[in-house]
Amino acid sequence: MTMNGKAMHWLDERLGLSAIREVAAHKTVPVHSATRWYYFGGITLFLFGVQVVTGILLMFYYRPTTAEGFESVRFIMTRVEFGWLIRSIHSWSANLMIFVAFVHMFSVVFTHAYRPPRELTWASGIVLLGLLLGFGFSGYLLPWNQISYFATKVGADVAGSTPVIGGTIARILRGGEDVGAATLTRFFALHVMVLPILTAGLIVVHVLLVQKNGMSTPPWISAARVRQMKFFPNFFLREAMVWYGALAVLGALAAIFPWELGEKADPFASAPKGIRPEWYFLAQFYTLKLIPSHVWIIEGELLGILGFGLLAVCWALLPVWGVNRAGEARTRLVSGAGIFLIAYLAIFTYLGYVK
Amino acid sequence: MASNGCSGECAGCKGAGAPGSESRRTMLSWLLGGGAFASMASFLYPVIRFLNPPAVTEAAVNEVDAGKVQDLKPNSGKIVKFGNKPALLVRVSDTEWKAFSAVCTHLNCTVQYRDSTRQIWCACHNGTYDMSGRVVSGPPPNPLEEYAVNLRGDEVVISRRA
Repeated sequence: MTMNGKAMHWLDERLGLSAIREVAAHKTVPVHSATRWYYFGGITLFLFGVQVVTGILLMFYYRPTTAEGFESVRFIMTRVEFGWLIRSIHSWSANLMIFVAFVHMFSVVFTHAYRPPRELTWASGIVLLGLLLGFGFSGYLLPWNQISYFATKVGADVAGSTPVIGGTIARILRGGEDVGAATLTRFFALHVMVLPILTAGLIVVHVLLVQKNGMSTPPWISAARVRQMKFFPNFFLREAMVWYGALAVLGALAAIFPWELGEKADPFASAPKGIRPEWYFLAQFYTLKLIPSHVWIIEGELLGILGFGLLAVCWALLPVWGVNRAGEARTRLVSGAGIFLIAYLAIFTYLGYVK
Repeated sequence: MASNGCSGECAGCKGAGAPGSESRRTMLSWLLGGGAFASMASFLYPVIRFLNPPAVTEAAVNEVDAGKVQDLKPNSGKIVKFGNKPALLVRVSDTEWKAFSAVCTHLNCTVQYRDSTRQIWCACHNGTYDMSGRVVSGPPPNPLEEYAVNLRGDEVVISRRA
């Protein structure tokens, strides 16, 4: 036996690696016209990994206080070697991750992978998307610049218009009546501890559910007749190549378009022109703008937030209304809903951007 | 598993068993491994450079105002800020003043003046220095750097010796 073989044998005896190898050897990926969409969950996971690594690095220099938060990010961007790269990758990767997560979600919708027995995989995915949006919202404030300060004020206010518990939510989010020093430390704690723990745990559940139920094949393809590709090494190496591609895109974006820092937040300055949230909140932002201040006896903002809440719950329950009694997907209804949702998000995001 | 690292399955692969297929496989493994190694190195390099803290440039301090003459009794000392390091100012007698860097040369603790022994003492490892900054006992390897003390009216000024 070679040295390498001996070492593997030694480890195997202690860790039971062969069991893992056994699972990997039996895992297969169906090969058909929609196989390419299987990559997007993996890309999301990869970008999350990039966020963890670059996020830990940024924490070496970042200081979560109103006095030093902005200055410490500026220090990272201007003084620390490769600091501009690490921070720009963190910002770009965050945005790409949310975009890719949306692509992943819609690919599940249009290939109808949510149908039984994958209801929980779908629901955990929706919660994960919510957590990613939470990362985006909390991370946006951390550089403590003018745009993020006012965007957070608006965001906390919107959360505050939730019926009954809104006031409490807003107070807990802000750590007081207004966005300030307490908000920054809270958002920092959420961003670097609470959300990562929840997300990492739920990712494990999500991925284990995928392992448990196997990869779904679209209903128009016969699962029994479809060709299978070995996960390891065939699909794994392809996925690795895609990750390399994603990393190349990320590096290029970060190098060509370094993330801006803006001006330091000033609570006693008027809100500058063009305050808007990150692009993934733009559609909701623009919708809220359109709703009049009062519709009949209901406050406009309340109506908006109720609508979004209802929409999110309906969407999470897709495996319930999108499947008939025989457990088959209602493909027309669900694809129609998917197209409608994409159209709404695309048009309203665009309008939110230009208006 | 066969000794060439090829599991039985690859017998059906195109080109398997053909002359040169093993050396081609070895070369591809090297290329793949080398590529993975090179990209890991290219990821790690900026990370290591990032972790190395940039030098924070500070205005070099050569002189500080250490307070008023009447604030310090004879045979007593106090710690004053000298740039971003502590300095020890001692009023030995009515007219004699001394100042030293207060950073122990042993392991960077901040020293203090002991009026009972009229010596400078470090509480961390019991090092003592005399009133010229020389080591009297204990582990410190080097004397304390001495600063010049000048009185301007009733102001005490400490400065680095040229």
